[in-house]
Amino acid sequence: MASRSEKAQRLASRAVQIGLLLAVLVLWYLATNFWGVNRLLLPNPVAVWHQFIEVLRSGAFLPDLRVTATEFAVAFTLATTSGITVGYFVSRSRYWVRVLEPLLAGIFSIPIILFLPLYVLFFGLGLESKIALGTTISFFPIVLATIAGFSNVDRVLVTAARSMGATNYQLFRHVLLPAALPVIMGGLRIGFTIALLSILGSETIASLAGLGHHIVELAENMDMARMFAYIVFVVLMVALLNAVVSRLEARGRRYR
Amino acid sequence: MSLARSAHPTAARPRESGDPTTDSRLRGNERTLASAKRFLLRHPGVVRLGVVILILLVWEISARWLINPLFVSPPSRVLAGLGSVLTTEGVPAALRLTFFELAVAFAISVVIGLALGLAIGLQPFARRSLLPVVLLVYGLPQITILPLFILFFGIGAASKIAFGVTHGVFPIVITVVAGVQNLKPILLTSARSMGASRWQILRWVIFPHMIPSFFAGMRLGMSGVLLGVLLAELYVSTAGIGYFTTMFTESFDPTKLFGLIGMLAAMAIVLNEIVRRAEIRFSRWR
Repeated sequence: MASRSEKAQRLASRAVQIGLLLAVLVLWYLATNFWGVNRLLLPNPVAVWHQFIEVLRSGAFLPDLRVTATEFAVAFTLATTSGITVGYFVSRSRYWVRVLEPLLAGIFSIPIILFLPLYVLFFGLGLESKIALGTTISFFPIVLATIAGFSNVDRVLVTAARSMGATNYQLFRHVLLPAALPVIMGGLRIGFTIALLSILGSETIASLAGLGHHIVELAENMDMARMFAYIVFVVLMVALLNAVVSRLEARGRRYR
Repeated sequence: MSLARSAHPTAARPRESGDPTTDSRLRGNERTLASAKRFLLRHPGVVRLGVVILILLVWEISARWLINPLFVSPPSRVLAGLGSVLTTEGVPAALRLTFFELAVAFAISVVIGLALGLAIGLQPFARRSLLPVVLLVYGLPQITILPLFILFFGIGAASKIAFGVTHGVFPIVITVVAGVQNLKPILLTSARSMGASRWQILRWVIFPHMIPSFFAGMRLGMSGVLLGVLLAELYVSTAGIGYFTTMFTESFDPTKLFGLIGMLAAMAIVLNEIVRRAEIRFSRWR
């Protein structure tokens, strides 16, 4: 009996969620079609849908997507390699962990997006400034998680492996890495999200190309339906990427 | 990063700190060297300061002699130029305006976040149905709708406040829900069986237990608000700091730009620290 009522409750929750979504869509439709909300502020959902299909079919998003994807891929790769390398070497010595870890955590607590004007001044408006900013921002969670992961490995495991005659490589491959990986994966996940957000953000604020730039351009041209279509596109893309990364992270956590 | 921070509670002193001074054959300067080493091993903060000074030194040298002065300004000049930044017409007003936007956005976020969090968290059905929605919306890239905020709220302070609120409110809702959820049901049952009214339960059972997670939420909310307001400021601004960062960038005046951004970073650190201190102070009762 309990399971049936549980099932009913889950169904009711789903119904509420779907109802909420439908209500938003219906309100949006009514507001634009009947209540006279200015089309320049809020375009009609049907028009947005048509534009969305049009954008997808014509492939007009490809050049901007390529720019954003390049920036993101380079930035995340740089941040991952540098973050894990630096984090690993810092974690080798407990003393340096105590020296550097609070410093890195302190910098991480500042909103680094503040430094965007400096990056623009130094690297220009193109890809380089976005890559540099994305790298900087995602470096910190990755390096902090790597330090936390490696320096929290149970000492007993290390001693046991050593006493059984494990070589350095074996120790790293079979003890340190499996123990640290779940924590590092958490850091990579945070780094992934904020690198993507900061790159979209810096494209929005100051850039020459990219998805964020295109949305701003459409906003400035008051091409609202198409702008909404692009927003939907970016939101769906990011949601998809997040889902993929969550899946990967869950797999990495289980890895032993 | 509480995870990383709690990772090293008074880590064992490294092996190198074995006492070498017992060796009577050590000469005097070697002994002072050894004791200096021991001092540094015991006080990592001093070495940390050294690292910071080293970074500043590298920056100073490279900015003075290696890099085009149009792009980077050495820290000594930035420090000396702080006064001239503050006397630049409009900068103090811009800093005040940004601070005002941050304060209002944070206050609104806390009020809405607390109300929504309680409303969602106290009802199991509401929690199951609505928390996934909140998490979903929180996970979306809000930066893409920044141009919409400017269209809806104009380029003044209102759009910055609104954008700050949308960044600050979600972490607060989520942590308040989590805090209410962690409440032991037995406490509610016993309070109710002793005849506590709804308000009394809220005031004496739920609020005290929510405080640690509420302040954790306030801390996350504060970083969200900082991010949202600063993003909106940098995007478009007529009188706030965003206006001046753009102006200093376009006129290739790195000294003033570094100074202004340094001041903002200091402001962010102070605000974060205030909320963090409050969190530690108010969760001590446990």
